[in-house]
Amino acid sequence: MTLREVRDILQAEILCGQDNLEWEVEFGGASDLMSDVLAFGQPGLLLLTGLANVQSVRTASIIEARALVYVRGKKPNQESIELAARKGLPLLSTRFMMFIACGLLYKNGLKGLVTPPASG
Amino acid sequence: MGSDDVFTQTFEVAGGDFHKAGRVSIEIKETLQELGISPAVIRRTAIATYEAEMNIVMYAAQGTLHLALSPEAIVIEVFDRGPGIPDIDMAMREGYSTATREMQEMGFGAGMGLPNMKKNSDVFEIISAVGQGTRLRMVFHLGGRTAEA
Repeated sequence: MTLREVRDILQAEILCGQDNLEWEVEFGGASDLMSDVLAFGQPGLLLLTGLANVQSVRTASIIEARALVYVRGKKPNQESIELAARKGLPLLSTRFMMFIACGLLYKNGLKGLVTPPASG
Repeated sequence: MGSDDVFTQTFEVAGGDFHKAGRVSIEIKETLQELGISPAVIRRTAIATYEAEMNIVMYAAQGTLHLALSPEAIVIEVFDRGPGIPDIDMAMREGYSTATREMQEMGFGAGMGLPNMKKNSDVFEIISAVGQGTRLRMVFHLGGRTAEA
């Protein structure tokens, strides 16, 4: 699925990364907890979150997420958007709630991350 | 710091400054990318360093993060002047956390930090004294993993 398709499915606004809409994403994950994203995130992840602070951008950058989608109409501040633009991390914002945003993407073929092993 | 280090850098991290939290780790990641380190090693180093930096911001008054690169490995050493960890075995358990509500609102403090640092590093050493602070040493072998999590 391309970021353009993600944008269309979620009726999302592009906050930065307008030139990268042909990038492909194969799998997504959703969390407001950056601790979990750091523990379980994989490179190339499409990250959906309701946490619209600068840590969401830094965390996505550290784990090498492909793009970041803010749900519930959230948007980070301008400094965060500029940081994401510098790091080549497209940011999208959708009005859908987290569950519906994930459901729409999943229904349209975006895979999820497999469950991590039970032992740490 | 060893005598065969080819690159070293020291960063100060201010406790409680959530706005800047993570900047040092992003800078270290960019430095390692410029130095041509393999992406998989950079990723592990960046994740563990970010967790360590967040721990300073969340729990300590002030901390120092030292990066040393030798031909064989990246070594990250972290010293903080914080409350110390009374029970390291407990703190190493996934899900154990003493985080405040403010930390959790920032998306952190889920009790995953120390286990995740251990998981991503090849050598993980921690010494802590209550009332004094915590010292961490993490080694990331450039040639790939020697100890799988």
